[in-house]
Amino acid sequence: MSLRVPYKWLKKYVDINLSPEELAEKLTMAGLAVENLESLAAGFQGVVAGKIRSISPHPNAENLVICRVDTGRELQLVTGAPNVYAGQTVAVALEGARLPAGKEIYRASFRGVTSEGMLCSAQELGLDVSLISPGDREGILTLPPDAPPGADVAEVLGLNDVVLVLELTPNRADCLSILGVAREVAALTGAPLLLPDIDVQEDERRIADLATVEIEAPDLCARYVARLVSGVRIGPSPAWLQACLRAAGMRPINNVVDITNFVMLEMGQPLHAFDYDLLQQHAIIVRCAAAGEKIKTLDNVERELDPEMLVIADAGRPVAVAGVMGGLETEVTSGTVNILIESAHFDGASIRRTSRKLGLRSEASTRFERGVNLEGAAAAADRAARLMAELAGGSVARGRLDRYVRKSRPVTISLRPERVNYILGTELAPHIMKELLQRLHLEVEGEGPFLVTIPSYRGDLTREIDLVEEIARLYGYNNIPASLPGNITAQEKETQGQRWEAAGREAAAASGLVEVVTYSFIGPTALDQLQLPDDHPWRRVVKIQNPLRDEQSIMRPSLLPGLLEVAGRNASRRVLPVVIYELGRVFIPSGRQLPAEPLRLGGLVMGSTGRGWNWPAGEMDFFYLKGILENILDRVKIKNTTWEATADYPFLHPGRAANIKAGETILGFAGELHPDVLAAFDLPARACVFELDWDYAGSLTRGQVGYEPLPRFPAVERDLAIVVEEKVPAAAVEEIIREAGGEQLKYCNLFDVYQGSPVPEGCKSLAYSLVYQLPDRTLTDAEVNAVQNRIQRALEERFGARLRQ
Amino acid sequence: MLATIEAMRNAALSRIAAATSSEELEGIRVQYLGKKGELTGVLRGMGKLSPEERPRVGQLANQVREDLEKALQEAREVLSRREQAVRLRAEAIDVTLPGRPVPRGYRHPLYQALNEIKAIFIGLGFDVAEGPEVESDYYNFEALNLPKEHPARDMQDSFYITEDVLLRTHTSPVQVRVMEARRPRLPIRIIAPGKVYRRDDDATHSPMFFQVEGLLVDRRVTFGELKGTLMAFIKQMFGEQVQLRFRPSYFPFTEPSAEVDMSCVMCGGSGCRTCGHTGWLEILGCGMVHPRVLSMSGYDPEEVSGFAFGLGVDRVAMLKYGIDDLRLFYENDLRFLRQF
Repeated sequence: MSLRVPYKWLKKYVDINLSPEELAEKLTMAGLAVENLESLAAGFQGVVAGKIRSISPHPNAENLVICRVDTGRELQLVTGAPNVYAGQTVAVALEGARLPAGKEIYRASFRGVTSEGMLCSAQELGLDVSLISPGDREGILTLPPDAPPGADVAEVLGLNDVVLVLELTPNRADCLSILGVAREVAALTGAPLLLPDIDVQEDERRIADLATVEIEAPDLCARYVARLVSGVRIGPSPAWLQACLRAAGMRPINNVVDITNFVMLEMGQPLHAFDYDLLQQHAIIVRCAAAGEKIKTLDNVERELDPEMLVIADAGRPVAVAGVMGGLETEVTSGTVNILIESAHFDGASIRRTSRKLGLRSEASTRFERGVNLEGAAAAADRAARLMAELAGGSVARGRLDRYVRKSRPVTISLRPERVNYILGTELAPHIMKELLQRLHLEVEGEGPFLVTIPSYRGDLTREIDLVEEIARLYGYNNIPASLPGNITAQEKETQGQRWEAAGREAAAASGLVEVVTYSFIGPTALDQLQLPDDHPWRRVVKIQNPLRDEQSIMRPSLLPGLLEVAGRNASRRVLPVVIYELGRVFIPSGRQLPAEPLRLGGLVMGSTGRGWNWPAGEMDFFYLKGILENILDRVKIKNTTWEATADYPFLHPGRAANIKAGETILGFAGELHPDVLAAFDLPARACVFELDWDYAGSLTRGQVGYEPLPRFPAVERDLAIVVEEKVPAAAVEEIIREAGGEQLKYCNLFDVYQGSPVPEGCKSLAYSLVYQLPDRTLTDAEVNAVQNRIQRALEERFGARLRQ
Repeated sequence: MLATIEAMRNAALSRIAAATSSEELEGIRVQYLGKKGELTGVLRGMGKLSPEERPRVGQLANQVREDLEKALQEAREVLSRREQAVRLRAEAIDVTLPGRPVPRGYRHPLYQALNEIKAIFIGLGFDVAEGPEVESDYYNFEALNLPKEHPARDMQDSFYITEDVLLRTHTSPVQVRVMEARRPRLPIRIIAPGKVYRRDDDATHSPMFFQVEGLLVDRRVTFGELKGTLMAFIKQMFGEQVQLRFRPSYFPFTEPSAEVDMSCVMCGGSGCRTCGHTGWLEILGCGMVHPRVLSMSGYDPEEVSGFAFGLGVDRVAMLKYGIDDLRLFYENDLRFLRQF
C-alpha cells in the first residue's frame, strides 16, 4: 500500500540535510520504494488570510454583500458567495494576485461598490476539493481560525512542500507512519530520531471510576487502552494540523477527529474517538457480533454483522466494527463534550476477513491487517489525549484503562555471522554486521553468534534470515559482489514434451501460419455461437468464480473461440487473409482437484492468397488448409494419417469436414466452418479451421528413424485416367491402386479430377500419374504393363471403374 | 592454276568476313568446301596436272582449305555470340516488378522473446520445467509462505475456480512442485516459463501474461551468485552496456528479496517516457529461497540454500522490440504480428 510522507512533517522527527530527491533515492535503495515525488507547490500568489470584520448588504444588488476584511490592513471586498459570516477566516486574493490558469486580480467595481480584491473558493485556488470539507466546496474557502491576517495562504495551507509517496511492501507495517519512516531514515543516515511529546497533564478524576473496558474475545483483541478527555470544544483544527492531514491525503473534519487521524499517521496506531456520553453505561465491551446484529457505520450505511466479526459494544449495542469503522450513533459531533479514546490491538487476519466481507476498507483496517505495534497502544492514547487537551481545550482524566490480555513476548534471535556471509556470498566482518543492526535500534549482544533483541514495532523480524536481509539491505545490495554459480551437471535442457511443443510451433509457422496468443478464458456465449448442443462435451467447462467480465468467465475447452475472435477482429479491420495458429492448453474438468490441461494445436485460414501481376489469387479453401496440415504432420514426422468425412461437428459444414485419424484414434478435425457459425462470429468469408490433440500427436511420432536409400535404377512413369461413381472417395481409389501396384509402384499422384461431358452424369474422372520403380533392377515395359493392367482390373472389380478414353 | 586457287581464297575470305548470319556462312562453306564445292573441284582435277605441278598445287589447295575452315570457324563464333546477344537483349525483363510471394508464417513476439530467454538460461546450465496453469491454493500460496489471510496475498488479485483452486498468479508454484519431485537430489537448476493470471485489466496490465520462474538450489548458493546469474542473463538479452541495480523488496517466499532494475534501454539511463524519467526499468523480482519454503518442500535450509527469480516476459518483449502498448500482444492484429 502507499503512504504519503510530507517532507516537512517527516523532518520534525529526524533532522536530515538531504533534499527530497536524495532522500527518495536513499529510501528506494533501502527497500522503501518512493513511487512519486509530489510537489505541493501553490498554483497562486498574492493570496493572504483575512478575517471578516463585518458584512453589510450591497445597496444596488440583492445577491451581493460587502465585507470589511482584516488582512493586516482593512479592505473592502464584494462577494456573491452565500457562506460568509463575520469572524470567518478567508482567503483574499489581493490586487495583482495571480490565480491558477493565469487569472489576474484587479480592483473592480461591482454595481457601484469597489472591491479591493477577491474572496476565493477552493476551486479558484486550484486546491484538491476532495480534501476540503463538503460545506466549503461550493462557496468561499474557510481557513483555520488561527491563521493570522495577512499570512500567505500557501503557507497557511502547508503548500510549498514535497510529498514522498511510498509504495510499502506488506512486511514493513512499522513504516506505515511518519515516525516509522523517520526511524528508517535515521538508521540510513545516522541522524538522531526525535520522538513526539506524549506527556499528559491529568485532572483528579480517575478514569477507572468513569468507564469500564472488558475484552470478551481475547483471541482477537490482545489489548485495549482507553483514555477519557472531558470538556472539549469541537471546532476546526489549527492550520498546521490541517496542513499535515491534507498533505498526507486526509480531509480535516474537526479537531477531535483530526487528532485521532493525525496520531494514526504519526505513530501508526489507529485510534477511535467515541462520544463518551452516548456510550450506554460508559462501558466498552470487545466481543464478537451476535448473529443478525446490525450497525450503522460512519459512512451512513447499515451493515449486517456475523459472529465471526469483532465489534466494540457498549452495554446495549455494537458501537463500532472493531478496527474497521466506527458507528454513527456514538460519533463525535459538534455537540460532543466528553471523549473516550480507543487505542487497541486487533487480530490482523480477523480484521482482514471482516473488512472483506463488509466490502469496507479504511486506513485503520489496512494497518491492523499488516500488524500494529502492540507495545505502542498506550503511547498513542497519551499522545492523542495530550493533543486534545492542547488543541480542543479538554481535560484528561487520571490514568488509562489498559486491558492487556495477551502480552507481546520480546523476540530475540540468534544470528551467526558466518551464516550471513554464507547466504550473501560476502566476507563481512562481524563488527560491521553488529553496527548495521544497531543502526536499526536492535540490541546486539555477544560476539558471534549474536543475540539480537527485536523491538516490538518490528514484527517482521522473527528469524535469522530476516536479520540477514536487514544487514544486506543496510550494507547495500549493490555492494554485494556478483559471481556465477558453479556445479553445472548433466543437463536435460528441455523435456521431450517441451521439445515436442516447440516442434509444433515451428512446424506451423514454417507451414505459413502466423502464431497468435489468445486468452485462456472465453465467454459462455462463444459456445452458443459455435452452435453446440447443450449436451456437447465442450459444454462441461472449468468456470471462474470471480471473472472480470462475462466474456472471460470460463476456461476454454478448445482453441476455436479464440481463433474465431482473432479472425473476426482482423476482418473487421480489413486485414485479410487471416492465416493463423495457436498452440496452447485447453481446460477440461477431470473429476479431481485440478482440471486436465491438454495441449492443442489449432488454426484458421480465411480469404485468398493475393493476386499479383502475373499470378492469380487462390482461395484458402479446405484443400489449402489440408495442404498446410499435411505439411505440418510431415515436418513432425507423423505418418499414415487418414482423413475421413464426418458430420459430427456442429460448427463445421457437414459436407466439408473431416476427422484426421491415426489408426482408429481421432487426432483432430479439420473443416470449413458452418455458415451459421460464420454469421455468429461476423466473419465476412468462408473460413476453414482445424484442431489437433497435440499431446496425443506427440505419442505417435518417433522422430527421425533411418532413411530410404536413393534409387539406383530408372523409374517408368505412366498415366492412368479412370471414371468412377461420384461418391467414391479418392482415398479409397488410391488405396486400391497401392494395393494392386505392390512393390513396383513407387508413387501415385492424383493430378486431375474432372466432372462433366463426356464423363457420364453422376460420375467423375480421376487421373493419376503412376511411377514404377524397383530398388534392385530396371523394370521392363512388359512388367510395367502387367502391373498397370492389374491395377486397372482391381479398380474395375472394386468400383466398376472404366478407363477414360 | 596456282593463281586461280589464290584468287579463290581471297574471294572466299572476303565473303566470310562480310557474312551476317550462320546460314550465309554455311552457304559459303558449301560453295567452296562442300562435296561439289569449288576447292573440292580443284583437288578432284589434280590428276590432270603434271607430276611436278601436282605437289605444289596440292599443297596450296590444302593450305587454302585449312585457312577457310579456320576463318569459317572464327566467323561462326563471332556471329553466334552476336546472335546470342541479340536474343538476350530481347529477353530482358523489368526486374523492378514484384516477386511472386511464398507463403510464410511468423512466431508471436512473446514466444520469440521466451525462446531467447530460454536459450540464455539453458546456456547458463538451467533445465526447463513446467506446472499447471490451474493450480491449488497450496502450491500457489501456502507452500510459498503465504498462508490464508496473509496481507501479501493482496499483491496478487486472483481468479478463483473453487475456494482452493485458482488460476496461478505466478510461476512460483513450479518451484515447489519441482523441489517436491526431486528431493533430496541436488542441484536443482530450472527455469519454468508459462502463462499466469491476475485480476487486473488496464493499459499496463493484462489479466493473462507470461512469466519465467528461475530456481537454483544447491549447497552454498549465495545472493552474490543470484546477482551474477541475473547480470549474465540481462547482458546477453539486452547488451553489455546495460547496468543493473538491486533494490531491497519483499516477497514472502524469498529472503533477502530484491527488485531488479536495469538502466533504460530506450534512453540509456538519462530519463525518458518509457522509464518514467527515472533512468531505470523494473525488470524482475528475485531473492534467496525462504528457509520455510525450503523446509516445506523437503530440503533442510541448514544444508542447502537457493535463489529464485520471476521475470515478466511481456515486459522483456516490450523493451526488446520497443513496443509501448502491452495490449498489442493479445489483440493479435496480423499487421502487428507480421513485423516480428
